[in-house]
Parts: sequence; C-alpha cells; structure tokens
Amino acid sequence: MATEPLPLQKTAAAAPEDAAGTDALVRFDRVVKRYGDHVVLDELDFSVRRGEHVTLIGPSGSGKTTILRLLMTLEKVSGGVIWVDGAPLSHVRTPDGGLKPAGEKHLREARKKIGMVFQQFNLFPNMKVLQNITEAPISVLGMDRDEAESRARELLDLVGLAGKIDAHPSQLSGGQQQRVAIARALAMRPEILLLDEVTSALDPELVAGVLDLLSDIARTTDITMLCVTHEMNFARDVSEKVLMFDAGRVVEAGPPEKIFTAPEHERTRDFLDAVL
Amino acid sequence: MSDFFSALSDNLPQLRSGLWVTLQATVLGSLLALLLSFVLGLMAISPMLAVRGVSRVVVEFFRGTSLYIQLFWLYYAMPPLTGYELTPLLCGVVAFGLNYGAYGSEVVRGAINSVPRAQHEAAVALNLTPVQRMRKVILPQAWVQMIPPFTNLLIQLLKCTPLLWLISAADLMTVIQQLRDRTGETLTAYLTLLAVYFVLAYALTLLMNLLERTAKRRLGLPTGAGSLLRTRSAVDAVATTAGGAR
Repeated sequence: MATEPLPLQKTAAAAPEDAAGTDALVRFDRVVKRYGDHVVLDELDFSVRRGEHVTLIGPSGSGKTTILRLLMTLEKVSGGVIWVDGAPLSHVRTPDGGLKPAGEKHLREARKKIGMVFQQFNLFPNMKVLQNITEAPISVLGMDRDEAESRARELLDLVGLAGKIDAHPSQLSGGQQQRVAIARALAMRPEILLLDEVTSALDPELVAGVLDLLSDIARTTDITMLCVTHEMNFARDVSEKVLMFDAGRVVEAGPPEKIFTAPEHERTRDFLDAVL
Repeated sequence: MSDFFSALSDNLPQLRSGLWVTLQATVLGSLLALLLSFVLGLMAISPMLAVRGVSRVVVEFFRGTSLYIQLFWLYYAMPPLTGYELTPLLCGVVAFGLNYGAYGSEVVRGAINSVPRAQHEAAVALNLTPVQRMRKVILPQAWVQMIPPFTNLLIQLLKCTPLLWLISAADLMTVIQQLRDRTGETLTAYLTLLAVYFVLAYALTLLMNLLERTAKRRLGLPTGAGSLLRTRSAVDAVATTAGGAR
C-alpha cells in the first residue's frame, strides 16, 4: 500500500501509524477543517478498517457530519490528508513527492468507492422511484438499462418497497423515501457507505424499519459503514466501534459495550447521560 | 364603424399576413430569447469568472438599453455600419430575442439557484458528472420554476411586437393603422387592436399553463383543478419534495 510519509506530515508519527494502518480502508491524517476562524476538525486522526461498522457520536457541532461530508468530497479539507484504500482521497501527488488538492477528474475516481445517505433523503423529485435508483448506474457506471432495472427491483425488494417502483418520491412517507435513498446508494455498489443521521428526520414510528434495514445490510454485506447517529441502540447493535467526538477531536474510541457501560472520559459520560 | 369593418373584410389578406408577421416575430423572437436565456443564465453560474463576466456585461447591456433603440440600431444604423441589411421582421426577432433573452437569463439563473443545494450534493454522492448533475437533476427541477416568469416575459414580448410598426414591418399593428388612416375610424381601429392582442396574450397564457401543468405532473407535484384558467401571479411558489434544510 502506498503510504509513504508525506512532506507535510510529521515523519515520527508516520511509522507506527502505517504499521497499524495497513488494513485501514479509511484513514484521517491530521485532518483540519475550518470555516473562517471556526475550527470544526482539529488535526483529527482516526482510521476505519475494511468491513468495519463505525458509529460517530457526540454533541451537535462536534464535527461528525463534517467528517462524512469530507469523505464524500462535498467539502474540502483545510489541512491534512484523508486516505482511502491507500490513496489520497482529495489530493494528487506532485512531481516532487508532495500532495496538492485534486481536480474534478480525480474526485470522480475517488467517489466510486463511496456512497452516502442523507438526513433529508434528497431523492430526485423529477424522477420516479425506479429511475432514482437506475439513473447513476446507467449514466455513471455505464450499466445497460435492463440490468440496472432488474438490479433496482432486487434492491427495492430488499428495502421492502417493491410495490412503489412507479411512485413519485413525493408520494412516499419519510421512511419509505429513506429506504429508496438507501437502495439508490447501494445500487452504486459502494465499498464505503456514509450514513448521516439517516433517521433524524423520520417520524418515531418509522425509525425502527430503517434501522432494521441497515442492520440487515451490515450483517449481510461487507460494506464498510460510517454512521453519524443519535440512535444509541443502533450504535450498540450494529457497530463494532464507537467514536466519541467533542470539539473536532476523538475523545474516546472503543467497542460499544465498553463505551456505553464503562466510558473512561468525562465528556463521554456527560454526553451519554444526556442522551440515554 | 361599419366603414372600418367593411374595410377589414375587404383587406382580409393583408390582415392575415399582418397577423402572421406578428406571430412570427413573437414565436421566433421568444425562441431566440429562450436560447439566450439558457446560454446567458448558465454562463452566469459558471465557476469561471471571465465567463460570468461576459454574461453579466451582455445581460446588463441588453437589459439596460431600450428595445426601441435596439430596433432602430438594427434597422437603420447597422446597414451603413456593416453593409448587411436585415428584413424588418428579422430585426424584430433579433431585438426581441436579445432584449428578452437578457431578462430570461435572470429567470434561468434564479431558478437554478432555487433548487436546493442538497439535490446537487445527492448528485455528487452518486458520482454524476457536472454536466449530468445539471441536465438530469438540477434543470428538470428548475424548469418548473421558470415557466411562470417565462410566461410573463412571453406576454410582454408579444405586447412589444407593435413596435415593428416603427420599422414598417407590416405586422398587425401596421395593417390596422393603415386601415384607420384610410377610414378615419380611430376608435374602432384601436378597440380592435386591444381585443386582438388580448386574445393572443390570453391564448399564450393558456398554453403556458398547460406546459406548467405537464411539468409539475412530471415532478409529482399537485397541479390543482382548474389551474389552466387561473389568473397568473408573478410569485408562484412551487413546493418541492426534496429537503433543502440541512
């Protein structure tokens, strides 16, 4: 894996990190994100192994959603490097061995591995359910229409909406829209699925259905998942690792049974007391 | 009064050709305006400063100079300047197209900007190219928002076509003016003009309402019973199903 030390990174930190990070699919390397003077992520380091399901928890404004948006290349890093599968996500190498911000062509290549589901679903209202799912496989992956449609049908079956194939998104409930959005993301066969508070906009009675679906996907596929969520049950049931964020840094990381039963950090205890 | 109407019926061929000129100027002028609206409107949201700048200058120029003067320039000033002479009708089409294209580009730009940012992000997350994002996701949604303001511009354009009289284009206005001169029936002539332009404008409104209904249905939006005959308001808010707030 090509993780040679970068000129812009401390070499002291690189050696042990790389040894531990050889099976890291996603690695944040001193990532900084600033909006003006406001620092959202402060030299953030963390990594996610292939196939791992990680939940990001923490108070709002702690930078969780920003992490997903950076990974989806919806935002640009202000400093540091994100590595995905050993390659820089939003940088390209310069001839002298350094890194510089990448252009759209590199970003399109980098996005192939990554899919995202949004809090507000963001289905395309100008397309019916089926086309929402088939559009990108056809026009981005070059899949032929028949194949894309039969795969979309399978996915709609999986998310329990086989009967809604010809519906407009506006005719669906929030929970149904979110399940279509999940099917749409899966249709692109991502290696990494980013879930950004996917149940926060749903009526309480619709939350369970979406969470069950995601548990199913986590159990039956090898897709790596990063979930920002306020559903602590989901964090407990689905993820192998929980990262507790505060003020743009990871304050505590560990398996859910440990984080939820014996949190070490005071910030974690306060946060869990507040939400549980 | 009867003099005028008998003159009307005696001059049906001229009337027909006058109406034909007016319709041609309206339809061709608005097609050119539509094309320019999209070209200038898309240029106005380009990431490249120079492209945005060109669009800005062109829009401000054609919006800020009078349509009268543009017509006179094309018809009287261009031939000695360039050696090319356009027919009066073509002068009208070009002037209407440039002038209303400048206004229309603001409609296109505004409608594109009104599509929630989240739609753009969802298209990025599915790895669509910038062109695909615009063509498949943003423009189809923006289009519904463009139709009501485009209807206003189209009707304004129609109502500007009597200006063709000033460059003797033999449009409807010119023909009826000539009949008025011949019969001296000022009141009847001008009442006829009012009625004809109103009928034309209302026909265009109905046509555009139909277009809007089709476009809304395609987005799965409610079209509302009887909306075809509803009076058009300038502010015609369209609710989209897609989430905008983040």
